[in-house]
Amino acid sequence: MWDRIKLEPSKFALHLAVLIIVGIWTFPTAGLLVSSLRDKNLIATSGWWTALSTTDRSAQGRMAEPAKQVSKDGKFEISGSLFEGAETTGVVKAFGLKVQKPDEFVAGTTATTDDGKTLTVQSDGKYVYTSPVAFEGDSGKRLFYITSVPPKFTTDNYSNVLFSEGIGRSFVNSLTVTIPATIIPILIAAFAAYALAWMKLPGRGFIIAVIVGLLVVPLQMSLIPLLKLYNATGFLSKTYLGIWLAHTAFGLPFAIYLLRSYIAGLPRDLIESAQVDGANDFKIFLRIVLPLCFPALASFAIFQFLWVWNDLLVAIVFLGSGADQLVLTGKLNGLLGSRGGNWEILTASAFITIIVPLTVFFALQRYFVRGLLAGSVKGG
Amino acid sequence: MADIKLTKLNKSYGAVHILKDVSLDIKSGEFMVFVGPSGCGKSTLLRAICGLEAISSGTLEIDHAVVNEVPPSKRGIAMVFQSYALYPHMSVYENISFALENQGLPKDEIRKKVEKVGELLQLTPYLARLPKALSGGQRQRVAIGRAIVRGAKVFLFDEPLSNLDAALRVQTRMEIAKLKRDMPNTTMVYVTHDQVEAMTLADRIVVLQAGRIEQVGTPMELYESPGNTFVAGFIGSPKMNLVTGAPATREKCTTMGIRPEHLEVVAKASAGTITGSVEYTEVLGSDSFIYVTTDHGIITARQNGRTEVKHGDKVHLKAMDGRVHRFDENGKRITGK
Repeated sequence: MWDRIKLEPSKFALHLAVLIIVGIWTFPTAGLLVSSLRDKNLIATSGWWTALSTTDRSAQGRMAEPAKQVSKDGKFEISGSLFEGAETTGVVKAFGLKVQKPDEFVAGTTATTDDGKTLTVQSDGKYVYTSPVAFEGDSGKRLFYITSVPPKFTTDNYSNVLFSEGIGRSFVNSLTVTIPATIIPILIAAFAAYALAWMKLPGRGFIIAVIVGLLVVPLQMSLIPLLKLYNATGFLSKTYLGIWLAHTAFGLPFAIYLLRSYIAGLPRDLIESAQVDGANDFKIFLRIVLPLCFPALASFAIFQFLWVWNDLLVAIVFLGSGADQLVLTGKLNGLLGSRGGNWEILTASAFITIIVPLTVFFALQRYFVRGLLAGSVKGG
Repeated sequence: MADIKLTKLNKSYGAVHILKDVSLDIKSGEFMVFVGPSGCGKSTLLRAICGLEAISSGTLEIDHAVVNEVPPSKRGIAMVFQSYALYPHMSVYENISFALENQGLPKDEIRKKVEKVGELLQLTPYLARLPKALSGGQRQRVAIGRAIVRGAKVFLFDEPLSNLDAALRVQTRMEIAKLKRDMPNTTMVYVTHDQVEAMTLADRIVVLQAGRIEQVGTPMELYESPGNTFVAGFIGSPKMNLVTGAPATREKCTTMGIRPEHLEVVAKASAGTITGSVEYTEVLGSDSFIYVTTDHGIITARQNGRTEVKHGDKVHLKAMDGRVHRFDENGKRITGK
């Protein structure tokens, strides 16, 4: 296979370009996914690419307090485990008594201090500390050690953000906005596109020109007039119906434009054949045009879904900021401010935000594939 | 049973006049073929009969009823499109049943009719398939099946064979001829630019040029007595030789027409022979065509079997008795002596 690719330099360049694009796209996504599944302490100490390897971490602990010492063979001894009551476990590789040198002694060996005390730490965290004289003081001696931590994945971050950070509620809000805001414009645009492509209407060219003109109207320009209109009506402001209508209006020119050019490209013979077969315009639309323009419907659905899902501006303007109306983008924006240091929350939230668009894309992408028309007309 | 009568039919797109005063009677059960060069309006005429093109002026009657404003589905016609126009997302069964479904027939009746048509056209094994899984010839049959199943009185064919390869075209041509024989009461109107199809299938042929009817007649009438130089040049392959100048004057006409198969190569020049040198020859086995450069232009002659003449040979061509067509200065046929 490699021979063949080398023979065609242009193809090789194409494959390379695709590979690079795929890499650029997947690499951060993979990082986000891996990070969101890691333990929050691990996220803070090491990068996501080390997630699969065992990492060394320096830690400190305290031995049991002198009150627990026992007398044994004329010596005094304190023993216990480093991991007692600690939330992390692992394998102790080395230990030390000074903060500067946590790796002074290898685990399993015995360290002897100047005043004749000995300390042994096993790799499973068990230690024995002996002294010729009785230990004094109230608190246990501090101990520094290096542990190697095995890879660990958890879905805690997800359950945390979904159920206690309010992302779950925002997720539902986002879906409530996005699904109708995708379906309504498709329904309207498909009818309009058929009429503008195949029905003889007076002023058809003018209507098409107006629609093309509306394509270039910036959304921001219409925000204030629209908001004033909504406030005047009263029942549309800060409601889901209001934002559905707003997104529909913003999406319609592009939807009609895209679908009309696709539907107008259907073979004329097909439409005429259906006319001869006795189908009226509505029947032709439902039985012939709609099934055949599914790829165009799917591509518009993806566009519109992504645009509405990722939208922050329209949502802020037309929806309230209460928990029952705050969408994911708004929630994420809020989290960035309030929980900016909590990477485990941000990564999990971000991944929840992109999982829906990804699913939509992969579910519909096969309809982008051409060839649905194969077999209708000559050759094929 | 359906007559079609066109009276002074005109069709124009804005300033472009496509059909000019077309008047034509198509008898019930007739196989009528429209031929003509590209852009002569033959497809537009068919589409006007179908109802897909509005008629600018004049009347169109089917069965003595004016149908100018009647939508296609109510005219009792069926059309087979050049591209077949099968619905790509529907199975063969659904393609054939679509028209019946639009008529609101009950399901079991539709099934009965579709299966009958499927049997007639040998499509039974393919009823569940999508059009893309069919060969060109099978698609063609589905398109015809769609027309048959409606029980239309008039079938309209718009160059139905032009997408098929040569071998399949001959076979499908025969199938259409057989279809016509099986449905003697159905009027068929067929558009083609292929004169072999026209000659073999037609009861009568309409030759069109620039939106006008040049001549209407049976294939043999057109072949044996073309009404003008255009029809003379259009019907027959290779084309009829049309000679002006001295040889035409000798025949007392402006243009003299003689078909290649009615020219003989003779040994000696004599009165009425045309002399020239052989430009090149085409030997097809069954016959040979000789292209001769003369003072009156290149003249084509046909010989049976192989030919002995070669490039550069000097030959004398003589028209067979009674085979000369004579046309006046307007290109009209001169009848009689």
